[in-house]
Amino acid sequence: MIGVENRIDRLFAKQRQKHFIPFITVGDPSLDVSFRLVQALVEAGASLIELGVPYSDPLADGPTIQRASLRSLAAKTSIRDVVQFVGRLRQAGIEIPLVLFSYYNPVMQYGIEQFFADMREQGADGIVIPDLPVEENEPVVEAAKAHGLHVISLVAPTSEQRIAMIGQQASGFLYCVSSLGVTGARVSLREDLAQFLASVRANTTVPIAVGFGISTPEQVRQVADHADGVIVGSAIVQEIERNLSLLTDDKQQAEGIANIKTFVQSLVSALK
Amino acid sequence: MTKMTAANQTVPDEKGRFGSFGGRYVPETLMNALNELEEAFEEARRDPQFLAQLNHLFSYYSGRPTPLYYAQRLSETLGGAQIYLKREDLNHTGAHKLNNALGQGLLAKRLGKKAIIAETGAGQHGVASATVAAKLGLSCKVFMGEEDIKRQELNVFRMKLLGAEVIPATSGTRTLKDATNEAIRYWVSHVEEAFYVIGSVIGPHPYPYMVREFQKIIGEETKEQAMDQIGRMPDEVIACVGGGSNAMGMFYPFIGENVRLRGVEAAGHGIDTKKHSAKLTLGTPGVIHGTLTYLLQDEYGQVQEAHSISAGLDYPGVGPEHAYLKEIGRVTYTAVTDEEALAALQLLSETEGIIPALESAHALADAIKIAPDMSSDKVIVVCLSGRGDKDVAAIQKYLQPKKGEEQR
Repeated sequence: MIGVENRIDRLFAKQRQKHFIPFITVGDPSLDVSFRLVQALVEAGASLIELGVPYSDPLADGPTIQRASLRSLAAKTSIRDVVQFVGRLRQAGIEIPLVLFSYYNPVMQYGIEQFFADMREQGADGIVIPDLPVEENEPVVEAAKAHGLHVISLVAPTSEQRIAMIGQQASGFLYCVSSLGVTGARVSLREDLAQFLASVRANTTVPIAVGFGISTPEQVRQVADHADGVIVGSAIVQEIERNLSLLTDDKQQAEGIANIKTFVQSLVSALK
Repeated sequence: MTKMTAANQTVPDEKGRFGSFGGRYVPETLMNALNELEEAFEEARRDPQFLAQLNHLFSYYSGRPTPLYYAQRLSETLGGAQIYLKREDLNHTGAHKLNNALGQGLLAKRLGKKAIIAETGAGQHGVASATVAAKLGLSCKVFMGEEDIKRQELNVFRMKLLGAEVIPATSGTRTLKDATNEAIRYWVSHVEEAFYVIGSVIGPHPYPYMVREFQKIIGEETKEQAMDQIGRMPDEVIACVGGGSNAMGMFYPFIGENVRLRGVEAAGHGIDTKKHSAKLTLGTPGVIHGTLTYLLQDEYGQVQEAHSISAGLDYPGVGPEHAYLKEIGRVTYTAVTDEEALAALQLLSETEGIIPALESAHALADAIKIAPDMSSDKVIVVCLSGRGDKDVAAIQKYLQPKKGEEQR
């Protein structure tokens, strides 16, 4: 544990409430729209937000988030912009934990030490790096720790005997991948999900959050029975995509944001 | 064949590192599959029965050993060093790719998998994988960029004829890079039943190491043949580098020998332009497709497009062992342009009656550059990694005579 200073620890140390964790790709379709979206997500009841760094080769992501990445890259969003974006949110009074979601290469090119120094300075709380398994994450974890930040580990249904090792190393919370495959909405969740989550729970002291494939209030409820947090990405990004023409039109932007907020509220209400 | 072990094998280490390169940068979902594969490969390479099976396929199915051929007319035309060609183009299916596909296909069977998946650029690895799947009774899905499907129509048809399903990758640049992304995504979703046959010395550990071990038969045969035919080691060994599997297979047995090694990348329109595929020449260290290596990227770590006339070299990354060999200075990496490769292809066709693959023509172009300045008692071996049949349509497009000019 990193200490009470980190907002993630503070969040989960509070009451035994279930937390809703939305994901958006920053810069999709523009930094300004993302800024307003984050505010809307907070108003809708998000406990923590995952901010996606766009990447050219997102091999853990499905087509929905890949398209969001491309839109963001087309708007020339870089990892530096995303780090600064966190600072902008903090200045605007956003208090909840903010966690970046980035593939390893952009972090590596930024310079690991500089990256975490800047993350801390801007007010970020942690990062998820989907292509950095525990065997490879030592330099990143060290730098993050030195700056009081969490590197959120992932654990998958195929992790099996690795669950104990990952659970022990976990910091902040543990990101449980609910299904095999890449990110993306799914019709139904794995039948053995409860069993998998119980095994994760038995092997770690940190809170657990579940993501990948969750898209409906029903699924949110189902997952929340076994976890401290529910992560929804692609379903929200899909909603952003659906409202793209509104979001990219200055006059209609507010309407687009309201639509997404309504959708997220329906998911959050499943936790009540 | 090959004993699958070598005295000079110091890399990779147990984490799959070649110096600072290599490793496993993949989603957690795949980690157990990689551990399982690593274990299965370690067992297989020590299992006489597995090796006998593979050797049998090499001899009676693939047609190994491939000849080391003295290109006399080419050597005389150029003047200078004597040029020999390692004829991997004479393998069944027309390229070195089959060596590795056979090895991994047998491993897939050993692991009890019923399905293999593969990615392909030029289509040679796709054809090799489809062939092996048919031979071993496995189902096969081949991911291929939409752009490459257009460029390599004939190979696409060949794969389908062999019973494989060809799945177009429609994202990004629609070439090998994106086909690889799609293959990895599919693998993440079907990791429990599918075996991913990676076609080059790229990807997460143990792939770069495993593929090298399956390909090093090229260099081992070449060494023996050189001793038989010229009574000594060659002076220079040259191979083209896309992902780098034919080069790694050729170079590896020579690493402990006093032989100069040259890897040739695609300079495309030129290394002073943005249209090239010269990652060891112009790239920087970064992570692509699960491994840390040299790649073409921008300052923020976004992977850049590669370009080459050859679909097989058109890849923004390179095998991590090549990155290591560059760093320790053991191999010299150079780059030749589309035009130089085309000229080399024509020269070999006209002097020897051998139409090389566009990939191999890059290695040949480098030999053509250096041979005239060497004395006639020097020997160059070029790895002729594949044959040009698959490229004739593309070549025709480039070499079409101008209006009014007579067809030669």
